[in-house]
Amino acid sequence: MRPVGRKITVTVNGEQYVREVEPRLLLADFLRHGLQLFGTHVGCEHGVCGACTILFDGVAQRSCLIFAIQADGAEILTVESLAQSGKLNLLQKAFHEHHGLQCGFCTPGMLMTALELLRENPSPSDQEVRAGISGVLCRCTGYKQIVDSINAAALAIAGAEAAE
Amino acid sequence: MKPAPFEYFVPTSVEEAVELLARHGDDAKVLAGGQSLVPMMNFRLAQPAVLIDINRIVELGYIREGDSSIAIGAMTRQRVVETSPMVRDKCAILSEALANVGHQAIRNRGTMGGTLAHGDPAAEVATVLLTLGGSVTVAGPQGKRELSPEELLAGPYAAGISSDELIVEINFPILAANETHGFLEMSRRHGDFALAGVAAVLRMGEGNICERARVALCGVAPTPVRATEVENQLTGKRLDASTIQAAAELASRAVDCEDEYHASREYRTHLCQVYVRRTIQLALERWGNN
Repeated sequence: MRPVGRKITVTVNGEQYVREVEPRLLLADFLRHGLQLFGTHVGCEHGVCGACTILFDGVAQRSCLIFAIQADGAEILTVESLAQSGKLNLLQKAFHEHHGLQCGFCTPGMLMTALELLRENPSPSDQEVRAGISGVLCRCTGYKQIVDSINAAALAIAGAEAAE
Repeated sequence: MKPAPFEYFVPTSVEEAVELLARHGDDAKVLAGGQSLVPMMNFRLAQPAVLIDINRIVELGYIREGDSSIAIGAMTRQRVVETSPMVRDKCAILSEALANVGHQAIRNRGTMGGTLAHGDPAAEVATVLLTLGGSVTVAGPQGKRELSPEELLAGPYAAGISSDELIVEINFPILAANETHGFLEMSRRHGDFALAGVAAVLRMGEGNICERARVALCGVAPTPVRATEVENQLTGKRLDASTIQAAAELASRAVDCEDEYHASREYRTHLCQVYVRRTIQLALERWGNN
């Protein structure tokens, strides 16, 4: 039995897509296999690892715990939205410079989580950064470089804003 | 790990949702934030034939300040409540407890009604509701009815609501000027389920006399529970290190759990004593600083 798909209209990284989805299709799988946006990673598939974190109508959420059908009318940002014309943004650049990624698996979740964190708290303390990213698991770097990267990004973003 | 197929409905009003529940009742699950239900569906521990998605019922998203309580719509996201300046001002214990619910990305989607309907033994929101003595309003085919926290907390993962009912509102009493509070919990990692958690609201009088105590524990029994012996021990006492310690030692009487791989019963019992002591101390310090 293959249930009939339902039509959804969803905006991902500024581009509008109209697709038919089966109700049980997870948003993470829709992004990856429906839209070929493989930047969003799928780790645990039960909301623990945070690798699939995206911005759903502006707030960070686990895309493995949302059905694609629920995204009808939503605006979604994935990690692919960060770089512009092939140029890394300040947050990505900070991760690159401070060795904030090793295997890279958690990185999309870390970046999208850090994006929300720095938007809400532009100059967080180390403790606030650690609490902020606590919902995303990294099994390589031991978090120190990730915390350093986010702190560096906070300074870089503040510097860029002051220069404007 | 993919969910089994289901039939999907997306009502836009409480009335419509209740009609769907009446029709599909036992076969249906209500999808609110989905932060507990969807993992269970991904594991296929839950395979509802019908999913009733209440995310489009906009009338269920609100926080309203009343004279003596705050009314919160069931679909209000936990993070919205946590960061509400009014809630922080009038019912700080709720904001503090919410900060312990999973992680921010979970609270961004998780709802106030969802956590109560799910009925996790370690649930912070239910523990605060029990401590404050609030109420929950559910809508069903017969109309609306109000449940006490005790009625709601009927058992583990078994909220005292029937399959054709929907939680629509939660009422949290506002803390009075002569009340102080604390909420602390111990988990193995930040955001994990609590091994033991404590919520306390103390009504204070002259000379640090505790006139009334409400203390509840989470994570140590099939549901969040009141620690009535701790409450009785605190009531009428001048709070200091020794009276607090004497009360904390009675916390173990409320513990009702088995050994399991996260923690032994003995360790949880120990945690209860330590965390009751720390929570009451925190409440007392706040009272002193007032």
